[in-house]
Amino acid sequence: MSRAMEGVRRVNINGATRNLLVGCAYVALLATLLWLAQSTLNNYYLRILAVIGINIILTVSLNLTNGFAGDFSLGIAAFMSIGAYTAALLSLPVAMKTASFPGLPAWLQTTSIPFLPATIVGGAMAAAAAVVVGVPVLRLRGHYLAVATLGLMVIVRVIANNWQDVTRGARGINGIPPLSNIWWAFGWAALTIYVVWMVVHSPYGRAMIAIREDWLAAQARGVNVLRTRLLAFVLSAFFAGVAGSLYAHLITAITPSSFSFVITFNIVVMLVVGGMGSITGSVIGAVLLTLLPEGLRQVETALAAGGTPLYGLSQIVIALLAALVMIFRRQGLLGGREIRLPGMTER
Amino acid sequence: MGKFTERVNFFIASVVRIIPTSCLNRLTRSETHDMTDSSTSLLNVERLGKSFRGLQALEAYDLSLRQGELLGVIGPNGAGKTTLFNLLTGVTPATTGVIRFAGVDISGRRPDEIARLGVARTFQKVRLFPALTALENLRIPLQMHESAALWQVVLRTSHFLRSEATLTQNARDLLALVDLADAAHKPAAQLSYGQQRRLELACALALQPRLLLLDEPAAGMNPTEADALMHLILRLHREFNLTTILIEHNMRLIMNMCSRIQVLNYGRLIAEGAPDEIRRNPLVVEAYLGQVENHGAG
Repeated sequence: MSRAMEGVRRVNINGATRNLLVGCAYVALLATLLWLAQSTLNNYYLRILAVIGINIILTVSLNLTNGFAGDFSLGIAAFMSIGAYTAALLSLPVAMKTASFPGLPAWLQTTSIPFLPATIVGGAMAAAAAVVVGVPVLRLRGHYLAVATLGLMVIVRVIANNWQDVTRGARGINGIPPLSNIWWAFGWAALTIYVVWMVVHSPYGRAMIAIREDWLAAQARGVNVLRTRLLAFVLSAFFAGVAGSLYAHLITAITPSSFSFVITFNIVVMLVVGGMGSITGSVIGAVLLTLLPEGLRQVETALAAGGTPLYGLSQIVIALLAALVMIFRRQGLLGGREIRLPGMTER
Repeated sequence: MGKFTERVNFFIASVVRIIPTSCLNRLTRSETHDMTDSSTSLLNVERLGKSFRGLQALEAYDLSLRQGELLGVIGPNGAGKTTLFNLLTGVTPATTGVIRFAGVDISGRRPDEIARLGVARTFQKVRLFPALTALENLRIPLQMHESAALWQVVLRTSHFLRSEATLTQNARDLLALVDLADAAHKPAAQLSYGQQRRLELACALALQPRLLLLDEPAAGMNPTEADALMHLILRLHREFNLTTILIEHNMRLIMNMCSRIQVLNYGRLIAEGAPDEIRRNPLVVEAYLGQVENHGAG
């Protein structure tokens, strides 16, 4: 009995050590690729790369709620907005705050913190908002979350538009330090993938899938439905808040309309095309649907120069793609399966 | 014939083989607790009632169940049997009455709380997680005994990895118990009906219940499968002194297995007693066959 246990433990720790080493190798590979990109690509491409990283964060974290827990959150834009405003207000230089935000509380006006803690606080604020929305709504059975998160989007927008002292209303915040880059974007993306993967392949993730598959049976087998759904929703909101901060520090100016329903729509399409319930599918969906419209935009420009202006082509193609996936491959490209990196064991 | 005895023997053999080594030891977790208050009943239900918009699904239902008892509940379709289980497990809130389980008032508790207290059930229509494998299906109820915090999960601490290994081992033992060891990695949706039934029973056992509620476990099974299942249930009941309530339409099964039987009709308890008394009770005969006098007079 105890010898058997010893065997089990040894195998597992060996597996864990191996995974750790292989994981380090992949991190090194990612760093090399990023370094290569940094030293060869121009600013335009680097910016697209950073956006890809941000979209990976958003899609993978949305998958936790929409793919694994079986809920349907449309809160991406709201959580991004909360994360972006929070982090921007924290990282702005003090001189700029005194000039542009005379109404800001004194303690906030005189503090400016580095990018990383500002981003974490941004994510935490988004997570806190998710708790406030989630606790009452996730008690209910059914897709009330979609409606509630849409409502949250409207509320966040109204607050951003009217809380002049803090958000400067419709003028928004500009002059945000341009701290975001591919390193931050892909660093956070890697962390998001890691955390979501670990959570999904754990009792928490299994409980999420159980709720998605059969609510009643999950409860009868001891799954705390509210707690499990809330965990998925709050974790997802945290990473959306982080992505909001990364986005704000990339484009350096945000207004209440920066975080519109269009962002939510795009991320949901990335998730659906990649395949709900597949983390690698989310990554593929995010990469594909960030690159495709960029490419098509260049085609648009070329066509316009050639005398046939077809503006809006990229948006139509994306909407069509989403419709085609729904018709011919409803489960998405990967259909709930995962592409496993070579060298990695099960968990 | 030969196949049947072979199957039964397999069950018995597998139960006996597994008992000393595995998680099933802990099936009896209740025993030590209950020894202290064995004079009182494990489950005490008083004046339990449920009405759905005027329809009285269950009315003034009373039950006192001793530790280790095997109670049968019968009644025509729509008599309120499944409603009773839904009330006992907290799926639907009761309109009236009190449910006391092991001395704790569980009326109004959430289903998952009640499950964690040790009330496990199976469903009339099999409920599994179709996309998950048989093994993964079993990990859901099992994992409630293994707790790892979120940070331990994310960092894959050795405590977490060990608890996962224990979980897998326990799941495999339970699969062997219900003769599904070969199907461990098949999605539940691809299992045969009988296999799904047995997997669901294993899921209920995985909660290490102190009270097991079985809602027509033999429904849709052929006689061979039903007999094998009956032996398994009896075995569990005897070996582990597992308190069980059994809803079943198969009269042969229920009359052979249960020492006490309750009969429900139109949400009311119309008879209660030993199988022989129930068989001879005119009210029961009437509930199942209609009024005897009418036929006699006509």
